[in-house]
Parts: sequence; structure tokens; C-alpha cells
Amino acid sequence: MEEKLLSGAELVIRGLEHLKVSTIFGVPGGAILPAYDPLYDSPIRHILARHEQGSGHMAEGYAQATGELGVVIATSGPGATNLITSLNNALMDSTPLLAITGQVATEAIGNDAFQEAYTVGLTMAATKHNYLITDASEIPQVLLEAKHIATTGRPGPVLVDIPKDILNQKAKWIEPKLVDLPGYKPTLDANPKMIQQAVNLIKDSKKPLLYVGGGIIHSKANIELFDLAQKFNIPVVTTLMGRGAFPDGHELCLGMPGMHGNYTATTSIQNSDLLIAIGVRFDDRVTANPKFFAQNAKVIHADIDPAEIGKVRDAEVPIVGDAKSVIKGLIDKLGDTKLETSNWIQEINEMRESYPLTFTQDEDGPLKVPYVLEELQKMSEDDSIVVSGVGQHQMWISLHWKFTKPNTWLNSGGLGTMGYSLPAAIGAKAAYPDRQVLSLDGDGCFQMTCQELITASTENIPLKIVVFNNGNHGMVRQWQKIFYKNRFSASELTHHTPDYVKLAEAMGAVGLRMEQKSEVKDVFEKMLEINDKPVLVDCVVDPDDMVFPMVPAGGSNDVIILNEEDLKKI
Amino acid sequence: MSERILSVLVEDKPGVLARISSTISRRGFNINSLSVGPTNIDGRSKMTIVTELESVEQVKKQLNKLINVIKIVELDPDNTIESEVLLMKVSINKDSQTSVIEKANLSGAKSVDVGQDYAVFELTGTSKELKKFENLMKPFGIIEMIRGGRIAIQSNL
Ligand SMILES: Cc1ncc(C[n+]2csc(CCOP(=O)(O)OP(=O)(O)O)c2C)c(N)n1
Ligand SMILES: [Mg+2]
Repeated sequence: MEEKLLSGAELVIRGLEHLKVSTIFGVPGGAILPAYDPLYDSPIRHILARHEQGSGHMAEGYAQATGELGVVIATSGPGATNLITSLNNALMDSTPLLAITGQVATEAIGNDAFQEAYTVGLTMAATKHNYLITDASEIPQVLLEAKHIATTGRPGPVLVDIPKDILNQKAKWIEPKLVDLPGYKPTLDANPKMIQQAVNLIKDSKKPLLYVGGGIIHSKANIELFDLAQKFNIPVVTTLMGRGAFPDGHELCLGMPGMHGNYTATTSIQNSDLLIAIGVRFDDRVTANPKFFAQNAKVIHADIDPAEIGKVRDAEVPIVGDAKSVIKGLIDKLGDTKLETSNWIQEINEMRESYPLTFTQDEDGPLKVPYVLEELQKMSEDDSIVVSGVGQHQMWISLHWKFTKPNTWLNSGGLGTMGYSLPAAIGAKAAYPDRQVLSLDGDGCFQMTCQELITASTENIPLKIVVFNNGNHGMVRQWQKIFYKNRFSASELTHHTPDYVKLAEAMGAVGLRMEQKSEVKDVFEKMLEINDKPVLVDCVVDPDDMVFPMVPAGGSNDVIILNEEDLKKI
Repeated sequence: MSERILSVLVEDKPGVLARISSTISRRGFNINSLSVGPTNIDGRSKMTIVTELESVEQVKKQLNKLINVIKIVELDPDNTIESEVLLMKVSINKDSQTSVIEKANLSGAKSVDVGQDYAVFELTGTSKELKKFENLMKPFGIIEMIRGGRIAIQSNL
């Protein structure tokens, strides 16, 4: 039987179905319009964002919560340019994303046609790879390749740009097959020789420390990591992207190190004699000035991306491979080895006792974010997904929230994109309608993408939002206090405009407000009871609170500022 | 400073040169020369990239991340055959004509076009030889000069 010809647009939708994509996020427009027509009949759920940046972050949130591909679709020109922030964000945080953009017709390309942007050029440095389709028959194959590239090796965003005439061109459906890509062969299995060298160092070490990050989560290696740490008694620090990779509350879990890391995590790195770095990239927010970073430590650095190894810090033992395979290899080769780390753990425990994470919440004083977080965590579900913005509140969440499972903490770590939280939380809730999804956002961040609250209401995505309303770009204010003599240039937002409760109501959500300690429990109870609509809590907090500990950018991790008093040190 | 030469096999796809140069400039790598051309294999091009020793590891690793880059070989500095082509237009007059052409030919350059007041030379050689030739011709007045970029191949020795 002669197979029916399909339009390029139909090939796109059928191609996505073939990839088992169930949910996509997007905004339609001229050049991509042909693809929206077959979508109308497809079982794929399309969630209509109110801005393409939002749609991109939704797809990221979906991908980060599930560990699977997120898909976003946009039109040419402004649709594509609006996507770029989310693509770059996904690139920095290694999130598997497939973006499909419409393009002006092939003939018009290069002529400054209406809504033409050079999408492939503009996104070259913001994606892991991108494609411009020149014939409709390529579509199924390219979509399969794009998914393969996005989800394997070090995951990342891949963009496929499709001119409008190609979307209308007829072609046969050719069953896509994963063929070898000659230039793309990620190394997954760690070299046993390297594992042996690593094991030799570990056996010699008195103060080993696992320094782990997002790579553990991408590799779904948290169980193996747990076994490694537990069996050989090695303490663990989890970076901002690695929170949840090892359970907070476990004796060996030291939490987040770095610029706003807790004292014990940061100092343990400084005191360690062997860093077992897995799925981390020695980011400047962790290392501060790399010259002073872990000066007494040898380094085993395992990563799936060879370019990360030796980029910032030379490694005594470089291991290219998937985190899971690396950790399994280490456990295997360590065998029945007993590591004598009890002195080291005692040293760490003493640090923990001398330098606990603290905060004070006055009975009648303004609300403090850490206090609110503690109360909220007590009331929320164990597997709730927490999605943060960027700023002080993000650091407080990472410091004070107890993450016990991977993929329950979503944030914009590498790019630090304000506006990420709400749309990413929508994406996560779209993936897991039955789980509690909490967007814990700053007021400044919220205002960057708050129109997506309309998306949540109209698409029936009943997530919870807490806006930490300190009336300020709090993190900017904190830097201005410390480094710019209290000259608060352009960092004030005001507490009262907008009226977040009314804004929430206007956007089809429920709005609540808390301003005092006595209200916290009741308001959260109400928030958690409502499950048929999005709920937003305007949480009015102290504008003058500062995040500590802190190591100023470019400083040494040996000099940690623990409180306002300590600021005199710098 | 010590140089390293990379021979980069790439898929001959639209945008591949842009991807490579974008990666190089985005990462702030120092590149002394880059040339590109077809190979004997269909659908494959080869780039020769000359960079500094300090950045060579990162250049290799970052370029290897590009999907269209198939293979990168760092050539052994002691065992490399290197070549570059140069075209140069030099001004001449009745008095200088003979001496310019003679000097050029002695350097191994070919005169490919000689006019009333100019001569065009073509020279193939290592970058050192080309530089030497440039210095030799400078006093006569170089009107225009183009170099084709360095290419290199590993010897089997
Ligand atoms: C898109 C974007 N623009 C600017 C910044 C710089 N920046 C970092 S944190 C911050 C303030 C965030 O304010 P808010 O959301 O209220 O959080 P807070 O620090 O008050 O908790 C700003 C402006 C950024 N990270 N992202
Ligand atoms: Mg704020």
C-alpha cells in the first residue's frame, strides 16, 4: 500500500508522538502555525504559556522534575528570541530540552522578512546543538537525533528550526532510526584504570570528602552515592544543583558549600585531603578564588563532560564517565576496604556544633524567611517539589530546606535567571499533577514572569506560590549594604505594589497574605487545603535580613562571614 | 610561547565553521591561524587550528563537544609537515625591478604577474619562511599581502 504523504507539520506532531512526548509548552504564531493545526487532533497536551520565556522554563521544570525531555514550541523571530533565556538556562544547568521553532519560508531567509530572526545563529552558543531543516522528509529523523543529543551524555537543550514552507511541504513518514552520529559518542563507562587510581587515593586518604552536584541527579545515581558514602563512611557536600542527591539529615550530609554555603560544608572542603568530585564543575560560587580552594586536597574529578575536568582545577585522577558507572566502579574496587574516617567525621561534627546554621524570629518582629521555610516544611508533603527563584530567598531555601530526594529541588543555578520559578513550577506540576509543587519565589523574580499565573489558572495547574515579599531586590540590597555603603541604587520594589492578593485573584488564583508569626500556620493551612486552584501567599518579610554565611566573590573560602558583625573582616 | 597544531576533522554541514569560531571566541582562546578545506572523504572537511600550548587542552575538549566535530588530532610538533601559501603585490620601478624579482626568485617565490609598477609573487612555505620573505620585500614597498592560513599533516616517521 502506498503510504500517505504527510505535511511537515504533521511529521512534527507525529514525530513528537513517536518520541512519546505527552506534554509540550508553547505560544503559537505565523511561522509555526501549520504545526498547531495537527496538534489540535493530537493526544499531546499543549500548555499555552503567556510568554515564550515562560514556556521555556515550563519545559525545563517538567524536565528537571521528571529527569526526562522537556519540549517547547515557538514561532519565528520574537518567539524564538524570547526563548533564548530559557535555552541558555537549560544549557548551564544541563537540562534536556527540545525546542522547535518556526522560521520564515526558505526563500525569504536572509531577506529580513517579517518576523525573521537568525535563530540558529542566535542560539548557537545557547544550545548543545541546533538544526535548520531543509526538507520535510528529514523531520522525524532530526527530532529523534535531537532527543538523543538532548538526553544523553551531558544533557542540554537542542533546537530545531523549521521554515514555514517546510512545515507545509508533503513528505513520506520514514520511521526514524537512531544512527551513529560520527561526532557524538559520549563516554559512559569509566576507565577501570582510572577507577583503580581513584581507589588508591581513597585508601590513602585520612579526610576524604564527596563533593557532588547535578551530575548525580542527571545520572539517577543517588542510591549508588548513598551506598558509597554509607559503606565507607565518607561525608558528602551537595552543591546548589546537587541538593537532594544525598539526603539532608543524614549524619554524613553536610549540605551546600560555597558563597552562601553553610560553614561546615565550606570548611570541610578546605580541610579535606581528598576531594572525590562527581558531577560537579568547580563553579566559582563553590570555589570562590580557586587559588585558595581546598589547597591541601588531592582531587579525583569524575564527569561525563571531559571539558569540565581540569577546566578550573587540575585533577590528580580524571575520570570521564557517567556518575552511576563511576560510583559503582568505586564501590566495587573498594570492596571490603575499611576507611578510617571517624576522626575526620568527629572533626566535622565538632564544626557543626560550633557553627550551626541559625536564625532568629522575634515574636512580634517582621517575618524571617528561614522561619517561614521551617514552618512550611513541617506542614508540606515529603515528596513535594520546591522551585525557587534567584536571590536571597533561593539561598535560604537551599540552606534551610531539608531535601531528601533527588528532583525535588528545582532552581536556576548556573545562569541565575530571575523569573524561572513560577513557570518551572508550572512545568513540574504539569508532570506530576498529584504532587505538591511549591514555587517559593522572591518578589522581584515573581514580577518577571508573573503573567504565567494566568497559565496555571486557565490550564488547571493548581500549584502553590509563596512570594517572599521583602519589597526589594533583596540580594542586590545585601550587596549594596556590604560593598556600596548602603547606597540603595535601584533595588527597592516596594511591599505594596502590586497588591499580590488582588493580583492573584485577578489572574484566577486564590490570594492570601501573612505578615506576622502568629499568622503563618493558619495561612499555610489554608494554602495547603485548596487544591482546585493555584494559591498565592504574599509573605511579607523583613527587608533588612541578610543571608549568611557569606564568602565575597573572589575571596577565600577560609574567610567566612558568619554574621553582620563579621563584615568588619572584609 | 610554544605553539600546538590541531587537525580537526568535521562534518561538512552548513554552519560548522561558525560553530567552531563561535566556540573559540566564546571561550576566549588564542588562535594563531585557522584554515579549512575539503578532504579526500566525501562530506568531510578538515580544519587546521594553530593555538598556544596553554590553551590546547581546553580547545580540544570544547571543540570535541560540538556534534559536527568528528575527530581532533594534536600533531606531534617534531614530526609535522606544515605549509602555507602567500600572495604578495610589491611595488617596483625601473631601478628596483631586477633586484626585486631576483631576490624574490632566490627566496623560492614565483612571479605570477608583473606590471609596469608592480609584481605579484606567490610563495609556499612554513610561516617562518613567509615572514622572512615579508621582511625581505618590505623595503621595496608591499602594496598588498594575503596569507592562506597554515595547513599541516603528520609525517609517518
Ligand atoms: C534576569 C535577571 N536579572 C537580574 C538579575 C540580578 N539579580 C540577582 S538576585 C536579584 C534580586 C532578586 O530579587 P527577589 O526576587 O526579590 O529576591 P530576594 O533577593 O529579595 O530574595 C537580582 C536583580 C538576575 N539574577 N536575573
Ligand atoms: Mg525580594
